Amino acid sequence: MNQQRTDAAAPVDAPTRDTTTGPTPPPAASARRPLLLLAGGVALVVLLAILPLLAIDIPGVLPGPTYTPGTLQLLAYAMLIAALALSYRMMFGLAGLLSFGHALFFAAGAYGLGMTLYAFAPVAWPSELIFLGSIAVTLVVGIVLAATVGSLALRVTGISFAMVTLAFAQAGSVLIRRNPGGATGGDEGLSLDIEHVPDALVGVVNTRNLYWLALGVLVFVYLVVLWVERSRAGHVAEAVRENELRVRVIGLRPYTVKLLIFIVASVLAAVAGMGYLLLQSGASPRIATADFTLTLLVIVVLGGVGYRWGAIVGGIVYTLLDQRLTALAGSDFIAGLPAVLRVPLSEPLFILGTLFILVVLFLPGGIAGIPQRIRTGRKQHPVETEEAADA
Amino acid sequence: MSTLLLLVITGLGLGALYFLVASGLSLIYGLMGVLNFAHGSFLTISAFLGWEVGRRVSDGTWAGLALSALVGMLVGAVVAAATEYLLIRRLYERHIEQALVTVGLALASVALFEGIWGTDPIYTQKPEWLGETTEILGAKIPNDRFLLIACALLVLGGIVLFLQRTRYGLIIRAGVENRSMVTALGIDVRRSFTIVFAIGGAAAGLGGVLASVYYGYVSAHLGSVLLIFAFIVTVIGGLGSLTGAAIASVLVAVLQQFANYYLGGTGDLVVVIALAAVLLVRPRGLMGKAA
Repeated sequence: MNQQRTDAAAPVDAPTRDTTTGPTPPPAASARRPLLLLAGGVALVVLLAILPLLAIDIPGVLPGPTYTPGTLQLLAYAMLIAALALSYRMMFGLAGLLSFGHALFFAAGAYGLGMTLYAFAPVAWPSELIFLGSIAVTLVVGIVLAATVGSLALRVTGISFAMVTLAFAQAGSVLIRRNPGGATGGDEGLSLDIEHVPDALVGVVNTRNLYWLALGVLVFVYLVVLWVERSRAGHVAEAVRENELRVRVIGLRPYTVKLLIFIVASVLAAVAGMGYLLLQSGASPRIATADFTLTLLVIVVLGGVGYRWGAIVGGIVYTLLDQRLTALAGSDFIAGLPAVLRVPLSEPLFILGTLFILVVLFLPGGIAGIPQRIRTGRKQHPVETEEAADA
Repeated sequence: MSTLLLLVITGLGLGALYFLVASGLSLIYGLMGVLNFAHGSFLTISAFLGWEVGRRVSDGTWAGLALSALVGMLVGAVVAAATEYLLIRRLYERHIEQALVTVGLALASVALFEGIWGTDPIYTQKPEWLGETTEILGAKIPNDRFLLIACALLVLGGIVLFLQRTRYGLIIRAGVENRSMVTALGIDVRRSFTIVFAIGGAAAGLGGVLASVYYGYVSAHLGSVLLIFAFIVTVIGGLGSLTGAAIASVLVAVLQQFANYYLGGTGDLVVVIALAAVLLVRPRGLMGKAA
């Protein structure tokens, strides 16, 4: 505990200090718990997978029955955002790296795949080869980009790290908007060149396949994140988040581990970005902006930084809320209200922003922390009690 | 030669704008360790309200502009102080949460401004003289640049005087240096938090009104555009250093103008590269104290 005190003296470390809402240790080890969790997870994935074959209608939450393309499109988008949030949580929640540049890698995945497909278009190879080749090229580009940005940005810590990543992301965003050589489409965005994309992934009729693809991406990202967190590197990263000095003293090198986490998280973001390109049949410059990264931060905190599934819940809740609130804003009910109520309620981001402030102020564990709060009946943030005991 | 002079003075004008935003950011970070994402919103709300009042009294005259500036500063100070008092104070010493709250506030307020004033920029009137140019050594320089530079110098002088000559200034300087020591001496450092927020908000508010003169319009995104550059300026100058912020805002703005002119509009990219370079060579910024 005294060690935390020494941390507080160094202002650069200060911002990383308060992210200690780490996953709570499992209560008194019952051997059946992991099995139950596994069964629950598999059941959930199976349920999600057969959703396009069912006709479940949840009025107010979903725009229509679950088999309709519109609903599937929305759900698939929500799952991709959840996958992206999961990768961001790995960096921010696990390793304590507050990056403002995560959108760069998502955009690199989306734009990278889109641009490679255009670049390969004239080549007379079979379509499948071009499609898979483009994905491989994009992944390599993602790894190289992540390694470059990461190795530079990780030379500094805390707020400076956030600013360097912000600077790189801003540079990427400017480049995309500037449309060098007509490659990125500028403000118009880049449309997907469907010539070499498998037919099963093109068109409204095949939204179902895209939905399954998005689900696959989410499961894949989750498994990778789980694997990294359970690995030795994951444990070291967690230790670095709590106390970097101690890790150094033990004789480990935080830099290597942080770089590894940074690269893995960034490549996962690029994978989600590729899914986004296929789902939306294009990419818009919006996904490269700093605002988009801030949205990710909001999602992760809304869901609960300390919980893996918090990022997933946050991503899905945020996307659905955003979509439904936009629909609500255009409804007759809102139009009939006096201006004082009408103006704020017709801006989804205003409601989401306010909700976010309330969560930060009154619900530090996020949505995923609610069960824990109810179980322990704890009114306070776990960190607060720790600090109180510390003082 | 005339192009060079024009670029330098335009750069100084833009730098003045950056400084008005960055000074508050830097002071707030230096004293409280809060990275204030809502600073752009302080600027935007001041610009809008200043414009609303100014145009009702007398549009496009010096009196109207002066009134706008006053209203802008007042609004900025009040909104910033209220933010500190109602939101930031509750999360005392939890820096990440404090930054997160300001992120939420920035998102919500920009959406609200869009709801009230629309998404399109609203073009503003300004006194005739500001739209004209003055010839210095063959360079035709728009007059509003001089107004910006003068205002920024006044603000810089005012803040320096306040910090050096008043009791609260002393407490703030001591707090930036070593906050726990100040608290240990029995001084309620929290009151100076509110004051620092109010000063930063007032500077940003003035910056908002001046930005509407410089760009010729007000829009809901006025603040967010300036905020990114203000962040860069603050970090290059060294977090917590007022002089650093002043020097860095001039450097960044002039560099940006030159790159825009000579390197085919790559000003934004060059600034970003400069930030990365400064941070890698000297992570604490030009004038920042050693971490």
